[in-house]
Amino acid sequence: MSLTKKKYEAIVAYSFLAPNLIGYFLFFLLPLAFSFVLAFSQWNFMSGIQGIQFVGLRNFLEMPGDRWFTDSFWNTIRFTVITVPSAMILGLLAATALNEGAYGAKVIRTMFFMPHITSLVAVATVWLALFHPSRGPINNVLRSLGIENPPLWIASSDWSLISIIIASVWAAVGYQMLIYLAGLQGISKDLYESADIDGANGLQKFFRITLPLLTPTTIFLLMTTMIGSLQVFAQVNLMTQGGPGTSSSVIVFYVYRSAFQFYRMGYASAMAWVLFVLIFFVTYLNWQLRKKLLKIF
Amino acid sequence: MDIATKQPGVLKPKVGSRSQNIMASRVVLTVLMFALGILMILPFLWMISASLKLQIDVFEFPIRWIPENPQWQNYERVWAGRYPFYRFYVNSIIVTVGATSLVLLTASLGGYAFGKLDFPFKETLFLSYLAMMMIPPQVLLIPRFIMFNWMGWLDTLTVLIIPNAVSAFGTFLLRGFYEQIPKDLSEAAIIDGAGHVRIWSRIIMPLTRPAMLALMIISAMWRWNDYLQPLVFLRRVTNYTIPLGLDFFVQENTAQMNLIMAAAVTATIPLLLLFLITQKYFIRGIVLTGIKG
Repeated sequence: MSLTKKKYEAIVAYSFLAPNLIGYFLFFLLPLAFSFVLAFSQWNFMSGIQGIQFVGLRNFLEMPGDRWFTDSFWNTIRFTVITVPSAMILGLLAATALNEGAYGAKVIRTMFFMPHITSLVAVATVWLALFHPSRGPINNVLRSLGIENPPLWIASSDWSLISIIIASVWAAVGYQMLIYLAGLQGISKDLYESADIDGANGLQKFFRITLPLLTPTTIFLLMTTMIGSLQVFAQVNLMTQGGPGTSSSVIVFYVYRSAFQFYRMGYASAMAWVLFVLIFFVTYLNWQLRKKLLKIF
Repeated sequence: MDIATKQPGVLKPKVGSRSQNIMASRVVLTVLMFALGILMILPFLWMISASLKLQIDVFEFPIRWIPENPQWQNYERVWAGRYPFYRFYVNSIIVTVGATSLVLLTASLGGYAFGKLDFPFKETLFLSYLAMMMIPPQVLLIPRFIMFNWMGWLDTLTVLIIPNAVSAFGTFLLRGFYEQIPKDLSEAAIIDGAGHVRIWSRIIMPLTRPAMLALMIISAMWRWNDYLQPLVFLRRVTNYTIPLGLDFFVQENTAQMNLIMAAAVTATIPLLLLFLITQKYFIRGIVLTGIKG
């Protein structure tokens, strides 16, 4: 009796899982294996399946000498290292301010959150106009403030990546704020009251109570935001096309370009795997951090 | 905020002045946050304002926020031009509704199997599922493109729906919720002679409606705003979804910033309005998926 019940349950489980398993095999496992093969091959998509040539590590060996790749790689790191902490700190400050009892918190929350649900294409389109080097509103304002030669933003190789970062932080900060708000609401008011009795000031309360108790939220946001930032693409493709020169190119943009403009499927796949390793590494670090920090608190 | 609460309070520790100080600090905080909030929505306001101007007035400075002569015909060009925007809306709705409803079904079934049933290789399968969540979609883009080309799926909306019908994230999320439902409930139902399909549809699903709603909102948002997949898999403009349609419109009308902004408004404002109306669920959904995921 119990054996047949077990069998019955297994049959039910696998039929419930069937759509998932089929989908996973077809659209994840198979492409993943294919991508792995491609990473070690040279293949112009136009030459058909017979055109795939196994080239060993050549794709990976080509990367260090390819300026487009190295610049894209470091720009991706730069983008992540600036965007993630900026969005997180601003989000945390905004959440703290709302939690401290600003009036109309819901309206303010909505205003901050609106950019996050807007598609990145629309975000890029609007910021493209705002950053217009000669006539855009941002430079008009800067000029009226007395800055004679404001940055040329997307048209300048020194400022193009920063322009993309500004637009990206604007789009991301509302999400950080929302998740931090949820984290803040989980902290018991009693803690602050006893800190008040001990005579702690606002900053002490923030650094001794709020921040440590938000550690799980911070680690979660750090991990997801870093992974998302390493995959940045839409803003770059729409605002600068990686330019001027290579100044704002990022890994996914160069992968896209190599694959679908130069038809170098093998090289592009190899670069996509580099991105995967990078993301894996970041996730691993975050897990280690989580283990370490969450044990302390 | 601290400055406002402290300075007078230190000198005169009276109860009345303390609550007054708290009020004052709240007012300061409110003013500050409203100013920042307005800064956050300024790009939207500029976009709307520019969309109603003549091409030559778009970059006028000082900015005239309310156009003198609103150019409503800019929207006519967007909605009834060569590639009318409603087409993009129809495509986006088909893709979003299709993929999201399939994800809800597959994730819920999968979540039930992982969360409520015992079967051989459960642990192995589950771990390989989690591993899948780590794979960045960009790695799969090229092989998928080639496969879909062979399958004749390129440049159809199917290519955006079927491959996105399964979600490791969704399965993982729902499994978490299903696990929390006490075993007694389903065991009692089994004694009453209910099968697993019945338990899943009559007990588990109704009990986890907030989780389903959260998954629905987040999946719909991902599909609605997706840019990379449509960009790679679609060719004909008539198949474009809204993000790609906006991208196309921008390239077609590079010099005409007023028309571009009208298209940007068209692409964003309906969704923003939907968000404002359903905000409560939206935010709850995003927080729920954020914390669990």
